[in-house]
Amino acid sequence: MGHHASDPNKIVNVTIDGISVSCPETTLILDAAKLIGIDIPVLCYHPDLKVRATCRVCVVEAKGQRKLKTACGNEVWDGAEFITNSPAVRQARKDVLELILAEHPQDCLQCVRNTNCELQKLARDFGISKPLFKNEPKKLPIEDSNGAIVRDMSKCVKCGRCVEMCQEVQTVGAINTAHRSIEYEVTTAFNRPLQDTTCVYCGQCISVCPVGALYEKDDTEKVWQALGNEEKHVVVQVAPAVRVALGEEFGMDPGSITTGKMVAALRRLGFDKVFDTDFSADVTIMEEGSELLERMSQGGVLPLITSCSPGWVNFVEGFYPELLPNVSTCKSPQQMFGALVKTYYPQKAGIDPSKIISVSIMPCVAKKRESARPEMNDSGYRDVDVVLTTRELARMIKQSGFDFTKLANEEFDDPMGISTGAAVIFGTSGGVMEAALRTVYEVVTGKELANVEFKDIRGLTGIKEAEVDLDGTKVKVAIANGLKNARVILDKIKAGECDYQFVEIMCCPGGCIGGGGQPWGTTTATKEARMAGLYQVDSDKAIRQSHKNPAVKALYDEFLGKPLGHKSHELLHTHYHPRDNCK
Amino acid sequence: MSKIKKLVSTNCGVISPDSVEEYVKAGGFQGLKKAFTMKPEEIIGEVKKAKLLGRGGAAYPAGSKWEQLLEIPEFPKYIVINADEGEPGTFKDKILLGQDPLRVIEGMAIAGYVFNSHDGYIYIRGEYRAIQKVFQSAIDNAVKAGYLGKNIQGTNFEFNIHIMTGAGAYVCGENSALLNSIEGKAGRPRIKPPHLAEVGLFLLPTLVNNVETIATIPTIVLEGGEKYLSYGTSDSGGTKLICLSGNVVNRGVYEIPFGVSLKDCIYDPELGGGIPNGKKLKFYHLGGQSGPIGNEAQLDTPYCYKTLRNAGLTVGSGAVVVMDEDVCVIDYLKGVTEFFIHESCGKCTPCREGNKQIYAILCKLSTGEATQDDMVVLKRLISTMTNASFCGLGQSAAVALNTCWKLFKDEFADHLNKKCPAKVCFTEQERGE
Repeated sequence: MGHHASDPNKIVNVTIDGISVSCPETTLILDAAKLIGIDIPVLCYHPDLKVRATCRVCVVEAKGQRKLKTACGNEVWDGAEFITNSPAVRQARKDVLELILAEHPQDCLQCVRNTNCELQKLARDFGISKPLFKNEPKKLPIEDSNGAIVRDMSKCVKCGRCVEMCQEVQTVGAINTAHRSIEYEVTTAFNRPLQDTTCVYCGQCISVCPVGALYEKDDTEKVWQALGNEEKHVVVQVAPAVRVALGEEFGMDPGSITTGKMVAALRRLGFDKVFDTDFSADVTIMEEGSELLERMSQGGVLPLITSCSPGWVNFVEGFYPELLPNVSTCKSPQQMFGALVKTYYPQKAGIDPSKIISVSIMPCVAKKRESARPEMNDSGYRDVDVVLTTRELARMIKQSGFDFTKLANEEFDDPMGISTGAAVIFGTSGGVMEAALRTVYEVVTGKELANVEFKDIRGLTGIKEAEVDLDGTKVKVAIANGLKNARVILDKIKAGECDYQFVEIMCCPGGCIGGGGQPWGTTTATKEARMAGLYQVDSDKAIRQSHKNPAVKALYDEFLGKPLGHKSHELLHTHYHPRDNCK
Repeated sequence: MSKIKKLVSTNCGVISPDSVEEYVKAGGFQGLKKAFTMKPEEIIGEVKKAKLLGRGGAAYPAGSKWEQLLEIPEFPKYIVINADEGEPGTFKDKILLGQDPLRVIEGMAIAGYVFNSHDGYIYIRGEYRAIQKVFQSAIDNAVKAGYLGKNIQGTNFEFNIHIMTGAGAYVCGENSALLNSIEGKAGRPRIKPPHLAEVGLFLLPTLVNNVETIATIPTIVLEGGEKYLSYGTSDSGGTKLICLSGNVVNRGVYEIPFGVSLKDCIYDPELGGGIPNGKKLKFYHLGGQSGPIGNEAQLDTPYCYKTLRNAGLTVGSGAVVVMDEDVCVIDYLKGVTEFFIHESCGKCTPCREGNKQIYAILCKLSTGEATQDDMVVLKRLISTMTNASFCGLGQSAAVALNTCWKLFKDEFADHLNKKCPAKVCFTEQERGE
């Protein structure tokens, strides 16, 4: 038995269920089977995470081997013969499922993942009707005191995906496995509540959970109540990444552009005004672009790092507090919107701001925590009253009974629904940078930008670097998505090993298109489709640069004065708080 | 002819454990000195000729393992010795570690020389706290005498040994879990491939051997592989430390040449000396809790890897736990399963959940609540755990149950009818007495 690392360039021939397949030696049995249309069931496996092979649902037979092998944990080898559908395989898979179900609560009807649960689907596919073992689920308290992430660990199937995400992809380390055997569990250090851990509330754990053990704090009831209250003027803003993901909840393809239907749906739900976070994304570019230019010209702290992503802000406050002076003082677009919708908007519309309920729809669970920060009340009220995830909005639409897919397109309301192509690409990694460059170029050079597309900085690659020539002024930029990648850039900045001027960091892998509040089942492939959707929306826009947004111009003329002006500082900028529990 | 042949245990109880002087006087470090005159390939050649199979339980050919590591061009390489001896009924490494630690150290130094490795780790179970002190003292003395540390015996070769301690997890005896534990991680098995020879301790090429395996290396180098092989049978080279415990007169560790019969192991006056109090043998459990159970009819099987395997038995760790007629198989298996419920690392489904369900059915058997349906489920559990578990722990957790069920079919059936031949289960009233 020789030990050798497999070679991705070596093509091998294997047989699966009697069908010949040629594939690179590095192909997992699971993926080789997919090539010939065989879908091997999986539970702990996730295409974007390191293989753990712990659930054992995906076992197959390999000729000449005594034990079954996991299809997710083993690469093919030349001449191998696999059987994926023998009595022994079916029996083992079914028994593994039965063993999991013995520990799993049976209250599927009350579960957030009902009809969208990977375990439920497996149980149905395997025709499990009468339980083989006595059902004895652990009764653990539901942890929901943090306002964003709910942990119902009684439902945990110990697949380890969330741990892999938190430890290896995000390098946050808020959760891990502890104890042994039947006591084995996914937990925080000393079982503390998330608030007392390093958690940044990115919600990526939720994204990869196959069952209903992790989900967002559901705030839909608060919104229903506001909508039912005649006294209140309920306005909503929707983040860019929501419009290319919401359709998935209604059977549409990932990346489907649902902006018009989404607006129509929000009106049907009863919102008095349907606005767009893209508006305040354009405002963000005005403020942050000006901040960059000011820092560059006045010897301020560089590189400037973006501050749109609240998970990222939580991360830098906890893990890199020494870099807080680098972080832009700009509030995120959600919070800029919140501050303006209770000051500028009521003034313009002649409405009493105390009557306004400001709701936001976000691809994110960290936004729930962000809106609840004590300092986010510069309008004199809570700037954002309720934050819903994409999933929660879908839930409200489903409860309303209208067919989302058949809605006729409608337009956002004026004035805070007017936006540019630069704003919508905030939803994907590289988008904030590209939007900023589209504006900064023209401000610095005084020239019209011939081609607004900066394609070098697009895509899902974890770390991107570029040097942009602003008519002689070179700007070095870097972009990271996912916190492990962010660390690479941050460590370079700390060590003084780089000369970037501007850095974009998004907490979630891929940016907001892969946010923790997006529809379940998000993978790299889904994110690619959503990203393509956003760039399509951008290229379809008549105006693609933030400073050309007429509604933004009006905002400055009528209300704010100028970027970084007194009123901007009061309403649109913030400060940060180092957290001491992450060191 | 004596049923005992002392090779690795020859110094045990004879010399002062940490005394280099006494160890050398008894012929110690001659293997290391000879090794320095040989090429690594030659040393491995002798280990292969010796047909030395891993003594920890898995019986993997040590020569092949060494050969694979030698081929890997990456450095540094690490030598790790698995001294987490956690198999119940197994206490042979304890004797070597506590009574002749310098032999283990010599074996490790030879391995270090073969692989040009400068750091060896020995992972000694936490329960052997006192022995760790003796071992550390032996290391210190070996360093002082120039058998460890820099420039060993003027050869310019440097080798250091570090003691690591476990905290009582059985699964840390699984080599990859052991490496995780050394690294400060939770002791849970790693996914393989990559194999530990390629990606081992601190993600570097690593040799992991059992204490007894490494302790035989000085003898093999000194006497040659063929000579060592000749002490045992043609396929199982040399000798084996066996651990006799349970209902046997002479409990303890004995070094036997391979080929001695099981009957001699249990009954020979030099070895087990038979069953106490005139009781009859009921069964014996070989190789640890994860090993199979044998009965009277298999007693003539020679104790060597091949013959035991052919008889459905195993050498395993060397444990021989003897049980007399007063023991109820169901009751015994409950104990075995309880052990695995306690020791499963919990990460894979079959092992985490399967042991618990097996235990539930065994409990039903012992209280007369079990049905034929439960027996069907039990069979399925055995199969799923054995075939689909992540590591050796789960794969072998049902071996005792499976073998026992075959040997004692009637006793299982009796329990379905509320009968317990050993009169352990049920009340007297329930048994109709």
